[in-house]
Amino acid sequence: MAVTTTDVVVTDSAPAASRARFRFLRGGKTRTGLLILAFFVLLAVAGPWIAPYDPDAMSDQLLQPPSADHWFGTTQTGQDVLSQILVGTRGVLLVGFLAGILATALSVLIGVSAGFLGGAADEILSMLSNIFLVIPGLPLIIIIASFVEDTGDLLIAAVIALTSWAWGARVLRAQTLSLRRRDYVEAARATGESTWRIILFEVMPNLTAVIASGFVGTVIFAVLSEITLAFIGVADISHWNWGTVLFWAQSNQALAQGAWWWFVPAGLCIALLGTALSLINFGIDEFVNPRLRTATGASRKVRMRVGFTPVARTAAPERPAPSGFTPVDRAGATQSPGEPAPPGTPESPGTPSKEPSA
Amino acid sequence: MKYILQRLAFYAVTAWAAITINFLIPRLMPGDPVEALMSRYQGQLDTTAIASLKALFGLDEHQSLWSQYTDYWSHLIDGDLGLSFTFFPTPVGEVISQSLPWTLALVGITTLISFLLGTGIGVYSGWRRGSWLDGLLPVTTFISAIPYFWLGLIAIALFAVKWQIFPAAGGYDNSLVPAFDWPFISSALYHGVLPGVTIVLSAIAGWILGMRNMMVTVSSEDYVMVAQAKGLSERRVMFSYAARNAVLPNISGFALSLGFIVGGTLLVEMVFSYPGIGYQLFQAVGAKDYPLMQGVFLIITLSVLAANLLADMAYALLDPRTRKEA
Repeated sequence: MAVTTTDVVVTDSAPAASRARFRFLRGGKTRTGLLILAFFVLLAVAGPWIAPYDPDAMSDQLLQPPSADHWFGTTQTGQDVLSQILVGTRGVLLVGFLAGILATALSVLIGVSAGFLGGAADEILSMLSNIFLVIPGLPLIIIIASFVEDTGDLLIAAVIALTSWAWGARVLRAQTLSLRRRDYVEAARATGESTWRIILFEVMPNLTAVIASGFVGTVIFAVLSEITLAFIGVADISHWNWGTVLFWAQSNQALAQGAWWWFVPAGLCIALLGTALSLINFGIDEFVNPRLRTATGASRKVRMRVGFTPVARTAAPERPAPSGFTPVDRAGATQSPGEPAPPGTPESPGTPSKEPSA
Repeated sequence: MKYILQRLAFYAVTAWAAITINFLIPRLMPGDPVEALMSRYQGQLDTTAIASLKALFGLDEHQSLWSQYTDYWSHLIDGDLGLSFTFFPTPVGEVISQSLPWTLALVGITTLISFLLGTGIGVYSGWRRGSWLDGLLPVTTFISAIPYFWLGLIAIALFAVKWQIFPAAGGYDNSLVPAFDWPFISSALYHGVLPGVTIVLSAIAGWILGMRNMMVTVSSEDYVMVAQAKGLSERRVMFSYAARNAVLPNISGFALSLGFIVGGTLLVEMVFSYPGIGYQLFQAVGAKDYPLMQGVFLIITLSVLAANLLADMAYALLDPRTRKEA
C-alpha cells in the first residue's frame, strides 16, 4: 500500500528496461503528485514521534493563534493543533489506502469477470455495479457506519470499500470487453491456456493503468468519506484524524470565535493530499490517452493549431483494428481512455503495445 | 422508446434494491438498536413507541424475515416511514417533506449552474488546448480536492464572521413566516448565496475536466476537420460540430455524479445549518434517530433515481442513436 508508492519512485531511477514501463512517472504532474504523497506517507510513519506535544494533552494556553511554540496554534482546551494533525495523518492514509485496496480488489474481481465471461454472468454483474453506482454512496456509508457499535479504522475502510467499487468495475468491464477478442488472447486460448491463466497473465497486464487509476480515484473518495464521517461524528472521535480535528473545531464554535488556525491546516492537508492523488491520476490518464497531454508536457515543441490535435496521421492512414482501443461504452466514462494516438506517434507508450502486431 | 423503457426497468430494479438494502441494514447489524435507544432515553419512550420501533427494526421475534419484509413494504406504500425520535411523535415522512423542498431547490439550482458553467469553460479550454486556459486545470483540481464542507467553513469564516456580508446559518430570516411572498423569498435567496456558491465551486471542476477531455478527443475527428475545410466559422465548428458531440458523455456523466454531488450538498447543509434534508440527517445521526436516518436515505436515493431518469430522457432527446434502436 503506502510502501508500494515509494517503491515506484525508486524504480523510476532504475535501469532502462523498467523505465519504459514507468514512463508516466516522468511527467511533471505525476512527479509533483508523488512527491506530495511521499511527504504525507513520511508524516504517517513518523507523525507520532515528531509531534511536539501529546495531541490529547491540555495546557493553559487556550485558543492561541500560531506562534513559535505552537505552529498551528492551540484549541479551546490548549491542545496543540500541529500535533493533532501529525498524529492524525496515519489514520487518514491507513483508511484511505486500505479502502482503496479492498475496493480495487472487488472491482477487478467483478469488472474483469463480467467483461471476460460475458453472457448471463456479465448481465448480472453489470446490473449489480450499475445499481451501486447510482445509489448515493455517502448517505449509505453514514447509515451503515452509524448502525455499527464499534467504528474502528478497519471497519470504516471496509464500509467505504463496499460502497465505492462500482465505478472501477464498470470501467474495467468495458476495457476487458475490448481486450477479450484480441488476436493474442485468441492465440493463448488456442494453445490451450486455462481461462484463469488468460485472465491473469494475458488480460490483466494490459489493464494495469486502468486499475491503477481506479485505485487512486478510490483512495481520494475514501479519504474524503472518512474525514466526512469523522467530521459529522459517526466515526470514532477518540481516534485522531484530520476529520476529528475539524469535528472538535466545529463543535467548539471555532468559526464564531475567529479561530481560523483550528480548521484551516486540516482542510489544507486534505486538499493537498487530494490534489496529489488527482495529479497522479492525470499522469496515468495521459499515459493511457496521450491526446490529453497539456502543452506543458512533452508536446511543447509542437505548434498548436486551433481545433486540431498534433497527431502524426500520415503514419497511419487508417486505424488498424488490433492496436487501437475500441471505445466501448464511452458514454459516461469521462475517465476511461478514449482512443490512443495511432501507432507511429513517437510519444505513445499506449498500454497494449506489448501485444504482437502480427 | 425501447431505450426509455429499458432505463425505467433498470431504475425500478435499483429502487427495489435500495429499499431492500434499507430494510436489511438494521437486521444484519450486530446489537439491538432499540435496546440501546431505550437505555439512552431511560423511560422517555412509551410502549407504543417501542412497539413501532420493534416493528421497524424487525425485532419482533415471532415473525419470519419474509413476513417482516412484506410488512415493511405495506408500510412503505402507505407512506409510513415510522416516527422520528428527535421530533417525537412527528412521523418521519412529515419531517422529510418539510425539509425536502429546501434541498431540491439548493441542489437543483446549483447543479444546473455548475453544469452549464463548467461545460462552457470545458468547451473553450478543450478547443483552445495549449492556451492559458490549461493553467486553470491545476487550480480546479485543487478546488475539487477540497471537501465541500471545508470550503463551506472557510466561506463562513470569511464572509459571515470576518466581513459579515452574508448570514452564517439558516435558510431564511427567523423573524419571517414561510410564505410565498417577496420578503420571504428574497430572504431565502440571500441565505442561499453562500451555500450555493460553495457547492458550485466544488462541483464545477469535474464538469470542466470531463468536457475538456471530450473536446480534445472530438476535435481531432474527421468531421471537425471537414467542417473547418468547408470554411465554416470558428464558432459554428466549435459549438455545432465539436461541442455537440462532446457533450453527450458529460450528460450521462451527469447522472452518475449526481449521487456524489448530493452527498456533498448534504455536508454543505450541515455546515450552514441549512433547513434541508442533509441537516436533518446530521441531527438524526447525532441523536441516533434511526427511523429518520433511514427515511432520509430512502428519499435521497429515490430522488437521485428520478433525476437520473430525467437525465436519461434528455440524453435520448439529444442522441438520435438511442432512438434509432427502437
